[in-house]
Amino acid sequence: MSGKEYRTITDVKGPLVFLNKTEPVAFGEIVQLRLNDGSVKNGQVLDTSDELVVVQVFEGTAGVDLNTGVKFMGDVFKLPVSDDLIGRILDGAGRPRDGGPDIVAEENADIIGAAINPYSRQSPHDFIQTGISAIDCCTTLVRGQKLPIFSASGLPHNDIALQIARQARLKDSEEEFIVVFCAMGITAEEFNFFRSDLERTGALENAVLFVNLADDPAVERIITPRLALTAAEYLAFEKDYHVLVIYTDMTNYCDALRQIGAAREEVPGRRGYPGYMYTDLAMLYERAGIVKGKKGSITQFPILTMPGDDITHPIPDLSGYITEGQIVISRELHQAGIYPPINVLPSLSRLMGSCIGADTTREDHKSVSDQMYAAYAQGRELRGLVAIVGEDALNERDKQLLDFSGVFEDKFLRQSRDEDRSIDETLDLCWTLMSEIDTKYLVRLDQKWIEKYHPDNRD
Amino acid sequence: MSNEGVIYRISGPVVTATGMEAGMYDVVRVGHEGLMGEVIELHGDKAVIQVYEDTSGIRPGEPVLNTRETLSVALGPGLLTQIYDGIQRPLATLEEVMGVFITRGVDADGFDMEKKWKFEATVAKGDEVVSGQVIGTVQETETIVHKIMVPPGKGGVVKSISTGDFNVTEDVCVLEDGTAMQMMQKWPVRTPRPYQQKYAPDTPLITGMRILDFLFPLAKGGAAGIPGPFGSGKTVTQQSLAKYSDAQIVVYIGCGERGNEMTEVLDEFPHLIDPNTGKPLMNRTVMIANTSNMPVAAREASVYTGITIAEYFRDMGYDVALMADSTSRWAEAMREISSRLEEMPGEEGYPAYLSSRIAEFYERAGRVQTLNGDDGSVTVIGAVSPPGGDISEPVSQGTLRIVKVFWGLDAGLARQRHFPAINWLGSYSLYPPSLDQWFRDNIAQDYPEIRTAISGLLQVEAELQEIVQLVGSDALPVDQQLTLEVARMIREYFLQQNGFHEVDAFCSVDLHYKMAKAILTFQESAKSAMAAGAELQDVVNVPARTDLMRGRFEATYKDDIDGLVERMNDEIAGAIEEN
Repeated sequence: MSGKEYRTITDVKGPLVFLNKTEPVAFGEIVQLRLNDGSVKNGQVLDTSDELVVVQVFEGTAGVDLNTGVKFMGDVFKLPVSDDLIGRILDGAGRPRDGGPDIVAEENADIIGAAINPYSRQSPHDFIQTGISAIDCCTTLVRGQKLPIFSASGLPHNDIALQIARQARLKDSEEEFIVVFCAMGITAEEFNFFRSDLERTGALENAVLFVNLADDPAVERIITPRLALTAAEYLAFEKDYHVLVIYTDMTNYCDALRQIGAAREEVPGRRGYPGYMYTDLAMLYERAGIVKGKKGSITQFPILTMPGDDITHPIPDLSGYITEGQIVISRELHQAGIYPPINVLPSLSRLMGSCIGADTTREDHKSVSDQMYAAYAQGRELRGLVAIVGEDALNERDKQLLDFSGVFEDKFLRQSRDEDRSIDETLDLCWTLMSEIDTKYLVRLDQKWIEKYHPDNRD
Repeated sequence: MSNEGVIYRISGPVVTATGMEAGMYDVVRVGHEGLMGEVIELHGDKAVIQVYEDTSGIRPGEPVLNTRETLSVALGPGLLTQIYDGIQRPLATLEEVMGVFITRGVDADGFDMEKKWKFEATVAKGDEVVSGQVIGTVQETETIVHKIMVPPGKGGVVKSISTGDFNVTEDVCVLEDGTAMQMMQKWPVRTPRPYQQKYAPDTPLITGMRILDFLFPLAKGGAAGIPGPFGSGKTVTQQSLAKYSDAQIVVYIGCGERGNEMTEVLDEFPHLIDPNTGKPLMNRTVMIANTSNMPVAAREASVYTGITIAEYFRDMGYDVALMADSTSRWAEAMREISSRLEEMPGEEGYPAYLSSRIAEFYERAGRVQTLNGDDGSVTVIGAVSPPGGDISEPVSQGTLRIVKVFWGLDAGLARQRHFPAINWLGSYSLYPPSLDQWFRDNIAQDYPEIRTAISGLLQVEAELQEIVQLVGSDALPVDQQLTLEVARMIREYFLQQNGFHEVDAFCSVDLHYKMAKAILTFQESAKSAMAAGAELQDVVNVPARTDLMRGRFEATYKDDIDGLVERMNDEIAGAIEEN
């Protein structure tokens, strides 16, 4: 059937093309449009019936007219995958962008991806050391987890993501991750920043980049993350690599989803985003994890910018319901000059419990993390009180906690962009900082850890 | 018109077929691969079908076959310990057939059709049996006896029945009119199973969580909603209920939730011991796992699959608890299908029938007199995930209108690491009036009064805290400072509970009653000591009180608590003399 070309377009609306009287066309089938000037655009079937076919055009419909030729390719969207992907830069539709040759396919993988049977999954439990104290101590990352960065415009989320990509490894292991990087609607400048950093550290040789920039077609962003995850699944589950997928910016992805929904005149949900956005996002985020009997793993680091710093906006909100925690970047800390400006209070790693302790990080980790968190939370709360009643009204305990909250930000959170702290260094640092507080106020610390790790008790 | 038609249109999970004889909710097989679907709308000779599997690559013109059956579940021995997807396909079987990724076009029986079970007949030749009557039993798991019942709508005089080893499709009993009965029966999921009458609930479902059992009790046969923003502990609470509640059968539906989280449940449950029987928890459990990325139509069906299984065990006379995590994902599945059907939307794009579907679902809970005269119950506990934590949205509101218990989770409490993060000021239960008699008879005569005293203290604390925010706690008179101390004790010692601690995770009603009483005892002793001249600080800091509070993590606490309270009283009395 792929030989036939139809010239039966009746309507063009936004990214959608409507045509009638075709042979039976498959749902999800790939479509090529040949414009009068000979250029080619790609699309996918969104709706198909005996009379009418709706095609979503990835590159936008500029230049499409009623005489444009439409060819159905007889198959759903597939990505050619092989080991050769590693080290390559591809565009948002999976074509080489680095001037290199086409990928020689070992197989063609369906980009929609099938759901992993929950029964076949293996619970993640391997601690990933990122070298960033706030993450390692308080929102510990686990191999196979999906942990998004909730950020906002103007904050250094890209630096943090890159630092994680550079430094992430299993404790006491030199084994490196393959980084699959997926750019959706970011600027050329941001992309160059990522690329040059990966180049500088030599990580580019162990990375696959899928790039859809801000001036590339918005609709293409719908498939870019699917391509990236298809590549990741192939590398993880067929080639035994441990893959770290970083995608940025999910907010652009969701906006593209909204754009298509609006063009199809769908009933919108909250803030105009389609009602199926939860399911759609889940189809991406859930492509993380470890499966029984396979050596590789997929760990996801989606980055999203919260519009108006609002964590209840549908994009962070729906993401938070699917992902296994979140790392929240704070404008307040950033403005105070602290890098990385991670606000540990709303941040969370749901899988943390499964990967910390004597066998993996250190026996005192849980206790230390709880105490650091509690003391900082109380200190932060006291700042509000001090603003009203003044510091003199505080009792001794509260004064110590208030001081601690400053030290926490200055010494614990703050580290340089290439500072790679081991988990032992991080936990020792915690003890040093907590020793500023009278031991009797450190109620969440186990007595036996105080005896073993408190600076007063160590030589 | 025949049972076979052709595909006319495909739009995502919604497929339209023409030329086929069809009725509402008929199950059909779509396309060359035979994907499972269900008729949800009829227009002339066009039938609109929701398909339970991915439809990519399917073309107009492919065949559609109507099975002329409605979506049904298989019920019989073999259900327990199973883990299903939303349409009762065992995940283990799917793994065998498809590998680790769920592909499509595979049909699987709900349980092993070949396995022989030992059937013990409980009626004899010549007996007259009616709908729902137990005709025999099978020891399904170590702890659960599976009762084989006459399917609803059938009955008569037994012509033959035999004890022995049978598989679920072999005839075990034949009636005079020729009706043959097997151990397996089928039931359409969207139709509630019949019963004789509903009773008012009068027995609490003991969950082992202090704040729930004491302040906001749920009755066996009742319905509860747990709304909360992400990260507030909905899933942990639901799992705790599945582990420790004193239901005899638990049906756990993971509806549109995280894959890794389901895996954790699947890994953990087989190793957990039921505190009520001392046997593995899995023996009483049926799980349904339709994660967020599995087909959305199957997610819509998953809650019906679950509740039908729950009703079936209820009909045997068991107390069944059903957890649905999360009903919001179910509602979103309805919304997605509805928008594909281009239906006129109600609030926030949800279909206009959302609230009636929610109500119908929760109405399938209840304590009933079964067809055979037994007493059984289905308790439904639904998690709700309101966007942004704002419960003014349609799913939360639709739920709150129908359930009688509201356990509101609070992001603020979760952030303070106060777990379970159930807000004691905003939550409610309407069951205490019907349950208080049970508490009086089985625990203590003054149980309801103790509850009133404790919740009163929490109310007073909330008011005092507002003042403290402005002037600091030192500015309050000492008696109010004591009230704050007592309230803090309620929060930290009583309401907080560590769901992962081997001892603290489950607290019996007897013990939590003693703990509540100990708090009030402390208040009384402290009050009288202070009236006699003791300082607040000395009273609060007596070591025995700390021991009393820390002791709850010890396995021997239920035996120690009385002694600890006594010691606390002595030490508080001692604080008077020091002055």
